[in-house]
Amino acid sequence: MEKIEFDYNKYNFKNPTAKYKIIFNEGLSEEVVKDISNLKNEPKWMQDFRLQAYGFFSKRPTPKWGADLSKIKFEDITYFARATDKKATSWDDLPDEIRETYNKLGIPEAEKKSLSGVEVMYESEVVYNSVKKELENLGVIFCDTDTAIKEHPELVKKYFGKVISPNDNKFAALNSAVWSGGSFIYVPKGVKVPMPLQAYFRINAANMGQFERTLIIVDEGADVTYIEGCTAPVYSKDSLHAAVVEVIAHKNAHVKYITVQNWSSDVYNLVTKRAFAYENAFVEWIDANMGSKVTEKYPSVFLMERGAKSNVLSVALANHGQHQDTGTKAVHLAPDTSSVIRSKSICLNGGRTTYRGLVKVKKGAENVKSSTKCDALIFDDKSRTDTYPYMEIDEEQSAISHEASVGKINDDQLFYLQSRGLSETEAVNMIVLGFIAEFVQELPIEFAVEFNRLIKINMEGAVG
Amino acid sequence: MEILNINGLEADVKGKKVLNGINLSIREKDIHILMGPNGSGKSSLANVLMGNPKYNVTAGSAILNGEDILKLKVNERAKKGIFLAFQEPVEIPGVNVMNFLTTVYTNLNGRNAELRKEIERDMKELNLPENFLKRSLNEGFSGGEKKRFELLQVMLLKPKVAILDEIDSGMDIDSVKFLGETTKHLLNTTSFLMITHNDHVLDYVKPGLVSVMKHGKIVKTGDHSLIKEIREKGYNEIL
Repeated sequence: MEKIEFDYNKYNFKNPTAKYKIIFNEGLSEEVVKDISNLKNEPKWMQDFRLQAYGFFSKRPTPKWGADLSKIKFEDITYFARATDKKATSWDDLPDEIRETYNKLGIPEAEKKSLSGVEVMYESEVVYNSVKKELENLGVIFCDTDTAIKEHPELVKKYFGKVISPNDNKFAALNSAVWSGGSFIYVPKGVKVPMPLQAYFRINAANMGQFERTLIIVDEGADVTYIEGCTAPVYSKDSLHAAVVEVIAHKNAHVKYITVQNWSSDVYNLVTKRAFAYENAFVEWIDANMGSKVTEKYPSVFLMERGAKSNVLSVALANHGQHQDTGTKAVHLAPDTSSVIRSKSICLNGGRTTYRGLVKVKKGAENVKSSTKCDALIFDDKSRTDTYPYMEIDEEQSAISHEASVGKINDDQLFYLQSRGLSETEAVNMIVLGFIAEFVQELPIEFAVEFNRLIKINMEGAVG
Repeated sequence: MEILNINGLEADVKGKKVLNGINLSIREKDIHILMGPNGSGKSSLANVLMGNPKYNVTAGSAILNGEDILKLKVNERAKKGIFLAFQEPVEIPGVNVMNFLTTVYTNLNGRNAELRKEIERDMKELNLPENFLKRSLNEGFSGGEKKRFELLQVMLLKPKVAILDEIDSGMDIDSVKFLGETTKHLLNTTSFLMITHNDHVLDYVKPGLVSVMKHGKIVKTGDHSLIKEIREKGYNEIL
């Protein structure tokens, strides 16, 4: 078993290391890409990968099929700087709404400062060290992706960019060119990781960069749950977040990937997430999207071999000025594969939600089962919700179902709850939390409590 | 001594008058039975007292402890001690019964470390299955279960005035009997306005007052002997 170096410093908790305190000028060029790579002291293959990706990025037009992305000014974006350099420098610099939200979530004072980037803080160190020891004993690698390139070069090289090619789409290309940070996880054969990874690292999540790159490899028969993001709104001065997440689930493996993200309302959140599921593997994406100006995110599973299964459960909440364009793809490439897709969306105060999904069954992939269920809750006439369930079924021997519903909050439900003493706001919150209860049940309990509070905060203005 | 006094209450729904000057009192520690033919306005009265926004109150008052509850928001009425057991309780998917009961109880009556025990005891008496607390509010409940769950809430919350809108319909005979006994037990804390269609429940309760409603008005009020009269003669003859 490989020895794991799990250096706390390298995870970038402790010191926003001085050598990274470099901010590039705005705009992107081959030079900038090279500089990023050189600064990180990367192997040649990675630099080549970045440069090739930059070429793809330059050639590809900004996609027009989804939400309005025409206002992104690529030339005004800073492509490399440590997150800590760009965050607010004092508590007072933070916008009032962010501070207020931290208070409502009941986040401890010290942690608030860390989340906002004002201060880096290590309260969880004790917990972290015991987790670290446990992971080491299991042979699990869990570090940031930059570190993984240095310490596990063969493993990274074998899988990096294999699930999502650098030419997959414009934003995957951008990420491939300028990526920094993100998590790397390797779970060896047969190992069942006993605790959700990242659950203890909430603070770190806020320090993630805007172009993070996550790679998770789960070997045969292994099992892991990974939690990404944090319930507190991530305050960022950057307007563009373009992450890439690649997951490989080998034979009989199980991966559950949980995301709860709550971006500040000026952010374009354009994320490519995809998993390959091999024989009898089971991949789950549990994905909640709140905040941001625009989110385009379709966590996908390619069911590569016989018996692979996927489960995608997502929640999107769009309030005023927000467009959540989300969904998933289930690509059935082998017989006896199955996929379950459940989407819950809520829009209010002129917010907009779009479900965009693809179920594809390749010719010869017999006995495929796939079911999709999309439920939307719409609060008012200013808000909008759309469903685009694409299907490409090239094999007759398959059972595919799709259901969709759009509903309003029911007056009788409101009256019932109010007659039991709840205010209108409390009643609306209870109904909304009921609407997404299926999702909340998938979260670890301590996370679920915060998530519920977060939903309530994001529902602000639901009651006139 | 009266706990709730309704005076000259008029209301309409979608422009149609449904309450036409209701005068009715609920006495403390009493069960007031409200009867009347279909469409006479009994459920409308229940909904108006609770504050259902579909109804528009055009005149009158309903005084509880010197205060006109018709001026209060729905949840404020609940906090003053008004409770409505719904004729057709609405299903709310994903809202867990235990969470609902805990939230509602704590909001109205404050924290209670024994709450779960009390709920389980009441559930047992009501013959509600153990997995009940894990289910979604009213979702997939049988007609009888819905009604028993409304009664469970009365037992738990102990409101000052409980309006029971045909709580007995859809209940099996044992539940109706239990309903009768329970209302008697609760009289120390709760007074009742019991709307019923079915005279079965009247074998098990002993009301102080009985009123009969027709065309949005109380047309007759008397003691429990009025029930016997209605049973024997029917509404048409006595009204």
